Amino acid sequence: MILSFAIWIPIFFGLIILFYGSEHPSAGVRWLALIGSIIGFVATLPLILDFDIANAGMQFVENIAWIPRYDISYHLGVDGISVWFIVLTAFINIFVVIAAWEVIDKKVSQYMASFLILSGLMIGVFAALDALLFYVFFEATLIPMYIIIGVWGGHNRIYAAFKFFLYTLLGSLLTLIAMLYLYNSTNTFDILTWQKAPLDIVEQVLIFFAFFMAFAVKVPMWPLHTWLPDVHVEAPTGGSVVLAAIMLKLGAYGFLRFSLPIAPDASQYLGPFIIFLSLVAVIYVGTVALVQKDMKKLVAYSSVAHMGFVTLGFFLFSPLGVEGGIVQMISHGFVSGAMFLSIGVLYDRMHTRQIADYGGVVHKMPAFTAFAVLMAMANCGLPATSGFVGEFMVILAAVDYDFLIGILSATALILGAAYSLWMVKRVFFGAIHNKHVEELKDLNAREYFMMAVLTICVLGMGVYPKPFTDIIHPAVINLLQHVAVSKI
Amino acid sequence: MQAFDLFAILPELVLLVVTCVLLVASVYVRERQPAVAGVEQDIFHTPRGVGFVYFFTIILLAYLAIAFASRIGDVSLVAMNGLFQSDPFSNLLKACSCGAVLVSLIYSKQYLMDRGMFRPDFIVLSLLALLGQLVLVSGSNLLTLYLGLELMALPTYALVAMRHNSEKSVEAAIKYFILGALASGFLLYGMSMLYGVTGSLDLIEIFKTVADPRVNHLVMAFGLVFIVAGLAFKLGVVPFHMWVPDVYQGAPTAVTLMIAAAPKIAAFGLLFRLLVNTLLPLLGDWQPMLVLLSILSLVVGNITAIAQTNIKRMLAYSAIAQMGFVMLGMLSVFDDHAFSASTYYVITYVLTTLGSFGLLMLLSRKGYDCETLDGLKGLNKKHPWFAFIGLVMMFSLAGIPPTVGFAAKLSVLEALVDAQHTFIAIIAVIASLIGAFYYLRVVKVMYFDEPLHETTISGSTFAKGLLSLNCILVLVLGIFPGGLMAICLDAMRRTLLGS
Repeated sequence: MILSFAIWIPIFFGLIILFYGSEHPSAGVRWLALIGSIIGFVATLPLILDFDIANAGMQFVENIAWIPRYDISYHLGVDGISVWFIVLTAFINIFVVIAAWEVIDKKVSQYMASFLILSGLMIGVFAALDALLFYVFFEATLIPMYIIIGVWGGHNRIYAAFKFFLYTLLGSLLTLIAMLYLYNSTNTFDILTWQKAPLDIVEQVLIFFAFFMAFAVKVPMWPLHTWLPDVHVEAPTGGSVVLAAIMLKLGAYGFLRFSLPIAPDASQYLGPFIIFLSLVAVIYVGTVALVQKDMKKLVAYSSVAHMGFVTLGFFLFSPLGVEGGIVQMISHGFVSGAMFLSIGVLYDRMHTRQIADYGGVVHKMPAFTAFAVLMAMANCGLPATSGFVGEFMVILAAVDYDFLIGILSATALILGAAYSLWMVKRVFFGAIHNKHVEELKDLNAREYFMMAVLTICVLGMGVYPKPFTDIIHPAVINLLQHVAVSKI
Repeated sequence: MQAFDLFAILPELVLLVVTCVLLVASVYVRERQPAVAGVEQDIFHTPRGVGFVYFFTIILLAYLAIAFASRIGDVSLVAMNGLFQSDPFSNLLKACSCGAVLVSLIYSKQYLMDRGMFRPDFIVLSLLALLGQLVLVSGSNLLTLYLGLELMALPTYALVAMRHNSEKSVEAAIKYFILGALASGFLLYGMSMLYGVTGSLDLIEIFKTVADPRVNHLVMAFGLVFIVAGLAFKLGVVPFHMWVPDVYQGAPTAVTLMIAAAPKIAAFGLLFRLLVNTLLPLLGDWQPMLVLLSILSLVVGNITAIAQTNIKRMLAYSAIAQMGFVMLGMLSVFDDHAFSASTYYVITYVLTTLGSFGLLMLLSRKGYDCETLDGLKGLNKKHPWFAFIGLVMMFSLAGIPPTVGFAAKLSVLEALVDAQHTFIAIIAVIASLIGAFYYLRVVKVMYFDEPLHETTISGSTFAKGLLSLNCILVLVLGIFPGGLMAICLDAMRRTLLGS
């Protein structure tokens, strides 16, 4: 029942807020949302505390028939790959609520409700072991996100909301066809059964590409990444945080849950192709990030580059690479979340995200600068931060796979350092040349709390990643053993 | 006539008798409510006995819906010497039709009152059209089918023309009448060819004779082409869709709902009776025609809808595209799951249509029809709950989970993939991706834009409550689609095994 609670508690609170909040003052709504998100987070903790490391299979399984006509069931379960993302989703949700505390002043109840419902749906994606259940959660996340971008976004929000929705829908509809195809050959929507189903290479390649469309758009992989910068720029702070920290992971997670185990031969066969796309994302998109003038756009492109690292790690088919990819995903959840929160902190005060409008922020906001610089360092993979662990593991695996790929992927560290540090230099250091910067006030207690907790997470994971890798390792080994066996 | 026959046609008889009684009684019953101010006071406009007629109609329709629903589990009956059949399939569709007319009437009441159209003749014409639909769905003889079709169509022409001082309504009515008559002509011509070849009007007899090698296949195929064309007119699929947008837009919204909801169910019933009950042996001939019609509908309907700013017209093109999906469901292989996806789709589509047009009517008020996208602007600012209803309806039409529209699209796509039509399924999903754009635009207008002018919600608490229930039903059936799917599957299976 733990997984059901993790999914439905936030959704339940979201609905309560939606109905209660339209006629009540926003203060009560905010507290209710905070309580809901905290209870939702606490509900996920038993997943980690009671997790059986020795068991590489599915745990906390729930299985109830849902649509008997198509043998679709409400089948939930987690393994080492998915469990951390559930906790991370619930964790980040608390910060989204806090970040919006006094910043969002119109339609507060709808804002809070959208995020709570969204977080429940995303947990559902990570917990689903039935393909149709996965699909329903995966698609349903579009509705709250569409509303979030469109109602509370920037001046070009409508374009961004449509782009987000239609791009994602394109990918997932093709996936639906692949799922129906698999249903027809196996007569079930159970993912674990699909993983064992024999398929010939042509079927595997077609299915791989159908799934690829959904997941590559979501990750996003080059060249399907163009929606992400537009959406990030227009989305409100909370929307950007959820998008970067959690939503992008839905796609990468899909590769591990569907593409690799269901079409292992196609994955091996097309591996070099995905590695190529990932390297383009790492190098080319990293370079694009260098020249951005808008901070959010810069971090958005850097997200694409980091997610390129993740997919690179997955398709090296070595334990180190896959684990590195997963660790990188978790770390990126913290780091990108914190970076978008930092940009939100600046934006709430200055109402601009242009790098050129800033300069010398350190003189007015020293505490904030300390946190933000640390996050920028984590973003470029400084040792002792969480960003280092995943990147280092993936680079090691890449060198092991092919020396040239190792070298190319390692340039990410240089590029990452270049765009992160250059932005830090232009925003935080130097002389103040904008009179609005003169009027900046340092973090208030609410913002201080958010940054401090995320800093602890980033440093903690960087210094001692063992709790994460211990849980991930058996599931990854299990997955790779499965992928190594041909299905033809 | 045997008692046995009487039982089979009892609900239809009740409907016919009560309709006639109401029509006559309405003249003698004095209206207690004062006439609406500003409405012309002449013999056509003075509401006489309408409250009385409305009250009894609601009771009658509720009774009919329950009566048909309780018969879904019964065995098939053939009555009136093979003119009429009552099988699980027809009872299911008839229950939905009666429910749809009931809900339409409740949604329309305030709208009609504000426009001086809340008159006994409106209700009586709706009931007669409903009677036509019931006969049509239950016909087991080509003549009964044709009778039902005309009985359904004629009152509807009159309904469209009810706003007789509006040029658009009259234009729509004439267009509807001429094209409808043409379609009936096509259908009749096709039926005459069938009769000529098989020598029978009875559906079961024709079914037995069609497969006979001595039957002239060429004439048969010609007859089939005319029948499919006539059906395509009635369903409103491309290239026989020209009347749909004009009629949807030109008719008063209450009448649009009467055309957009229940008659779709009946038209699907006719499709089933003719193509499956009668011409199933020609499956290989009619399925390719449906492929063409449905793909054209999906593409043309969805693309043209993008250009519309009038919501009623947009929903008309959306209906064209949705009917394309219904036809796609008819491409399933003939096994024990056959055609249940289409049935499920058409029922859930009608549920969503009721909600969408119901919302438009509640947003209209005296002297103002909510018809354009501008009318919905900023709805979320003033009436968040009604904006939410609109959101659920639009996402359901677009087929986004967790609404019932997704479950319906899923079942049709599954039937397609199952029948090895994976490529058509891909075309269908790409068309619905295009379609998602204009549904999203309605949500955008309601949620992201600033209100242009004061929006008010008219209508009784009862209508509002029913609309809310409609919205919740779309969500609940989307989250738990199993029950209704099983009912459709079971009804279809027992009907096909019975015939």
